[in-house]
Amino acid sequence: MDRLREGIRDALTEGPVAGVMGLILDGGHPRPHLFTKGRIEDLDRLVVGEARYPLAAVLLKVLRNDLDAHLGIVARGCDERAILELVRNVQLNGERVVVFGVACSSEQASACQCPQPYPSSHLSGERVAPVSDSEGLDRLDRLSEEERLQYWMDQFGKCIKCYGCRNICPMCFCTTCTLDEDDLIQTGTIPPEKPIFHLIRAFHMAERCIDCGLCEAACPSGIPLRTLYKKMRNVVTTRFGFTPGITKEGKGPLQYLGDGKFGEQEGH
Amino acid sequence: MIDYRTVYTICPFCGTGCGILLEVMNGRLEGVLPCKTNPVNQGKLCIKGWSAHEFVHSPDRLKKPLVRKDGRLEEVEWDEALSFIASRLKAITQAYGPDSFGAFSSAKCTTEENYLLQKFTRAVIGTNNIDHCARL
Ligand code: SF4
Ligand code: SF4
Ligand code: SF4
Repeated sequence: MDRLREGIRDALTEGPVAGVMGLILDGGHPRPHLFTKGRIEDLDRLVVGEARYPLAAVLLKVLRNDLDAHLGIVARGCDERAILELVRNVQLNGERVVVFGVACSSEQASACQCPQPYPSSHLSGERVAPVSDSEGLDRLDRLSEEERLQYWMDQFGKCIKCYGCRNICPMCFCTTCTLDEDDLIQTGTIPPEKPIFHLIRAFHMAERCIDCGLCEAACPSGIPLRTLYKKMRNVVTTRFGFTPGITKEGKGPLQYLGDGKFGEQEGH
Repeated sequence: MIDYRTVYTICPFCGTGCGILLEVMNGRLEGVLPCKTNPVNQGKLCIKGWSAHEFVHSPDRLKKPLVRKDGRLEEVEWDEALSFIASRLKAITQAYGPDSFGAFSSAKCTTEENYLLQKFTRAVIGTNNIDHCARL
């Protein structure tokens, strides 16, 4: 923790970094905050493990207001995957974002069922083993098609259309959203049209979802959203050899137009 | 340099009392995040909470009371609006009795404000016609 705090302090006071997105403990609640040169004393209240917020999404919001800013982010494994994927999708300029890595505890990793509870390098914490998390998906895959459809229709039937899954997701970076588009989906009414409301989002996540689980944690109705997006991820990984959140370069299968020759073009 | 900070507060919409973080960028409200550590909502919100920031800078927001004069709504100061309301309430309840009055209180108010409205209704006006907006 001290190394992390010092690293950020140095970058802010001596380096080119103008601000670092992280969590501050304020009024008893950890919350996202942009630590800046001007208020270096805020760093005394920097915290890391207490709660999970979509820090990459908040960083993107700040950078959209100041395209030239050179900023940093306190990043866990999932935050770093989000940053990589945002860079790959040309939403962030990778040259302008400095990652201050934090490795998660084993408790956190099991709470998150995390495929990679650490970023590529870290200043705080110790690397712990990934947690395998295919159980929910395996169970559903064993059901017949009919039973599976029924299961998901029942789950989608619980939705209160809060848009929380979209709002909290670090990969929902679009400035206009299909789920707000009157011509494509009924807006302003509940219940949502099912399964289309949920499947639109699932398809949009197919080559973006970095499996952080923030959507599921934000769902007031307890719908196992992550399992759904995990399925999409798995399909994209097995069929196209592409997994989001690993590299900041190259195109995903849905970013090619037309001839459906993703594998050949990429040499898979 | 951009200033980004969050302000912790309680959602203004209903009586549940979800914790929200207002996202403030350069002094303007830009968004809401659900407070993860509030025991009431535990990082979840309904659509009203997620949109709780939108009315603040809305051009449609009413910032002053409106009184209808000659068929048109006109902005007036609070003193004028309150005197007008008081005089009309007095005239109506004197002419038709206290049961001609009824009040709906609101989930957006504090407990103390709700207490005050029922007290006003019962003790000042003299009727039991007090109810809650949830029954509208
Ligand atoms: S998803 Fe992984 S990297 Fe992110 S907080 Fe959980 S354990 Fe840490
Ligand atoms: S797990 Fe959910 S919140 Fe995280 S990237 Fe995937 S869809 Fe978005
Ligand atoms: S978070 Fe859950 S309840 Fe809200 S829109 Fe998404 S699926 Fe529906």
